[in-house]
Amino acid sequence: MTMRKFRQAQWEEPIIFELSREDRVGFSVPALEPEIADAMDDIAGLVPNGMLREKPPGLPEVSELEVLRHFIHLSQMNYGVNSGRFYPLGSCTMKYNPVINEVLAGHPKVTGIHPDQDEASIQGLLAMLHELKQGYLEITGMDDASLQPAAGAHGEYLGVLLIRAYHADRGDLEGRTEIIIPDSAHGTNPATAIMAGFKTIEVPSNEDGGVDLEALASVAGPQTAGLMLTNPNTLGIFDSNISKIAGIVHDVGGLMYYDGANLNAIMGKCRPGDMGFDVVHVNLHKTFSTPHGGGGPGSGPVGVKSFLADYLPVPDIVESAGVYSLDWDRSKTVGKIHGYHGNVGPMLRAYTYMVTMGGEGLKEASELSVLNSNYIAAKLKDVKGYSLPFAEGKPRMHEAVLSAEKMSEETGVRALNVSKKLLDYGLHAPTTYFPLIVPEALMIEPTETEPVEVLDEFIEAMKEISDLAYSDPDDVLGAPRMTVVGKLDEARAAHPRTICLSWKTYCRMIP
Amino acid sequence: MNKPHPYMPNSVPDIKEKMIEEMGIKSIDDLYVDIPVGLRFERELDVPGPFTEAEVKKHVSGLLERNWGFAAPPFLGGGVWPHYVPAVVDEIVHRAEFLTSYTPYQPEISQGILQSIFEYQSLICELVGMDVANASMYDWATALGEASRMACRLTRRSRVLVPSIISPRRLSVLRSYTEPVDIEITQVDYDKTSGQLDLEDLKEKIGSDSASVYIENPSYLGFVEEGVEAIAEIAHDSKALFVVGVDPISLGLIKPPGEYGADIVIGEGQPLGNHMNFGGPLLGMFACKSDTKVIRQMPGRLIGVTQTLEDDRRAFTMTLQTREQHIRREKATSNICSNQALNALASAVYLSLMGPQGIKDLSELVSGRAHYAIRRLGELPGVRAPVFSSFHFKEFTVQFRDKTVEEVNQSLLDNRLHGGKSIVGEFPDLGETALFCVTESHTKEDIDRLAYALEEALEG
Repeated sequence: MTMRKFRQAQWEEPIIFELSREDRVGFSVPALEPEIADAMDDIAGLVPNGMLREKPPGLPEVSELEVLRHFIHLSQMNYGVNSGRFYPLGSCTMKYNPVINEVLAGHPKVTGIHPDQDEASIQGLLAMLHELKQGYLEITGMDDASLQPAAGAHGEYLGVLLIRAYHADRGDLEGRTEIIIPDSAHGTNPATAIMAGFKTIEVPSNEDGGVDLEALASVAGPQTAGLMLTNPNTLGIFDSNISKIAGIVHDVGGLMYYDGANLNAIMGKCRPGDMGFDVVHVNLHKTFSTPHGGGGPGSGPVGVKSFLADYLPVPDIVESAGVYSLDWDRSKTVGKIHGYHGNVGPMLRAYTYMVTMGGEGLKEASELSVLNSNYIAAKLKDVKGYSLPFAEGKPRMHEAVLSAEKMSEETGVRALNVSKKLLDYGLHAPTTYFPLIVPEALMIEPTETEPVEVLDEFIEAMKEISDLAYSDPDDVLGAPRMTVVGKLDEARAAHPRTICLSWKTYCRMIP
Repeated sequence: MNKPHPYMPNSVPDIKEKMIEEMGIKSIDDLYVDIPVGLRFERELDVPGPFTEAEVKKHVSGLLERNWGFAAPPFLGGGVWPHYVPAVVDEIVHRAEFLTSYTPYQPEISQGILQSIFEYQSLICELVGMDVANASMYDWATALGEASRMACRLTRRSRVLVPSIISPRRLSVLRSYTEPVDIEITQVDYDKTSGQLDLEDLKEKIGSDSASVYIENPSYLGFVEEGVEAIAEIAHDSKALFVVGVDPISLGLIKPPGEYGADIVIGEGQPLGNHMNFGGPLLGMFACKSDTKVIRQMPGRLIGVTQTLEDDRRAFTMTLQTREQHIRREKATSNICSNQALNALASAVYLSLMGPQGIKDLSELVSGRAHYAIRRLGELPGVRAPVFSSFHFKEFTVQFRDKTVEEVNQSLLDNRLHGGKSIVGEFPDLGETALFCVTESHTKEDIDRLAYALEEALEG
């Protein structure tokens, strides 16, 4: 296979402030109607003493076309699923973001809706959200849900608040101070538990990458508030002991929290609600194809078993005789977690995706995501320098974690270098150095939307990198070279003397 | 499903078969052996669909068409406002290179979003008068929660003071963010005539346990808080931080918090180029002063300038990641990971288009129209607008003497107008009062129509 050549666009784009010329404008603001202007005092004169802005903000003065070109140039110096070639960023489920979802999400009868409009005027929107929730409950096997969390970590926070509220309600919170978290967990899990006022207890993984049952049993007790777990876990392995794990936690009175980051592997195959989980969150921006937007917005709805429903945030969307309304009456609600109803734009995209796929389609999406990741794992695990640690011979789910430990020891080429070299092929890097229990980790999640030809190309690139590591390691160590910029001085970015987080600081720093 | 699916290229049966064969397995089921038999989901998922693109377009549009569309934008604010979004903003946020990328963990191939977010941070700093802004929080309410927690970390104290005139929803979110870590919330009273924060009450309630004094400017009920310098002094005298929440559109006219002593500035960035979308996605703004100790306690992502190792070319990268969950885990300043980057991008484009004169003109236009509306509505018999005597920016309270807000709003709806938000439940002391909002999207004609319709409602 001859690999395609890649060169990222490079515009040497100035910072927007550097494009500024006095008195240029990018937008014309309408004038106040003369009838108003004539009849009323000048508004600036009405502003109370000392509260008038005397100097306009130091924003740049740029014409419309220049602003447009500036940001289009910047976009061309960026890499997306729909515009790039392959985005196997493990744990992030970078699947195709369907264009029709964007078209529908731009409908003025969504974009122009204010959250406090009369319910009679938003029946269509409420119906859509209600149907999304019903689909969510079916897919996760839960009894009730809140769509309010704006991201996965936000959902986690709500989830742990619900666990907290449950124990508090039973007069049992004082003793229940600990959340158990496996050592393979996402960083958000321990950060969330601490944020919600708990201590974290780490449990080690067993040889198969699953939770070590003995270790779990030894730390679970009357002080356990809950366990946070993702299944399949971050190694991409389904923990077959899940019912036993749930049993241990439930037996001591703790609750089971499901981090749904990896749901893409199991839609229509099994459900967190059937595995013994009490609370779940799902990332709509992963499994339900809503775009990641350069870092957000996401959406992280939280589902619960019925005994936790009373604690869910308000308002809930309810239906009665075909009429939808917002119900603010939840007897034991934890309150609100978002100023309004969460990220409705992404929810509409997720809904569109869900019904486009249908039940069978969602299942096939999971199956093909699993097929694709195992295909890559099968073809790379024996390539020189790489290995597939944990659970030899066991299938992976939607993602697989390779280790470049051997390569690192033998050639000095580390996982990070492999990742950077992949960029030179026009392929995005996998997630590196995560999970923490795998040395020199390369976490690869191809998703179901990639053709086998792209998988083959990635495999070929990984093989070439292995060859290079052993024949000409400097080539790999010097990567990337085909991207907008080469290696960066990260230390400079963070050093107290050189740190620069705004144009204002930048101007002060350059002579 | 045997028919190939357009989103799944390997759903072609021959391709799937060949892959399975090459992997030496018999079927995809072999890959799911680890799911215990008892846990396998044996029936089909009961969700609507599948639909083709044309079908789904018809289905979803059909649902949305059930929402009412009026000629005049809603006269609603309170945290989400109907401002105009320039076409260039929508054009940029739909670029697939931005839209379908994720957090720039690989800076070399992600300079576009990194520079854009650096520009967003910079533009926000100019607008609010601070030195450092983060890459975004989920919304104003969660930014308030995070700011309060940050103030407690910095001061090692555990009580925050907030005004009594505050959005009850923001307050509820604040509770969700503070209760689990035993942060106490104290509400400071207001002057019943002007609505202004009661400084005597503030002095009485502040103490050596107070981490922050928070105000909103303009306030939830639309008036501008005037005693800001005195409030800053009271806060700082007690070694508490001064936290200010803003509507960024007001900052073309109103003095920015950076000029009156704010230590942390937060706010809702939605009006800067983001559609209302039923209240989300929004954009939590978060800015502070240039102080290393303070910055290290900030939540969320930060983009900084650096240079290439090889040839010293300017470049951008995420920095101070040691504050964040993926590096620090349980020691992180917040668990936030996904943020509102695309909304931040929209705001960067918006502020670049506006420029200093544009934001000033817009701010004056918005407030000018709002004052016209105040005059028009206030002239109606049985109407008091606004309730408080202070200067209002774009939102204002309207009190009805002879009708309930519910009756008035129903009558306005019949005239195809969305009236103000009822605050009867939120502020029972204010009687039958609604919070109205006017922006540049409301023309004089819209405001006149509102006044006529309101008159009719009050007569009926």
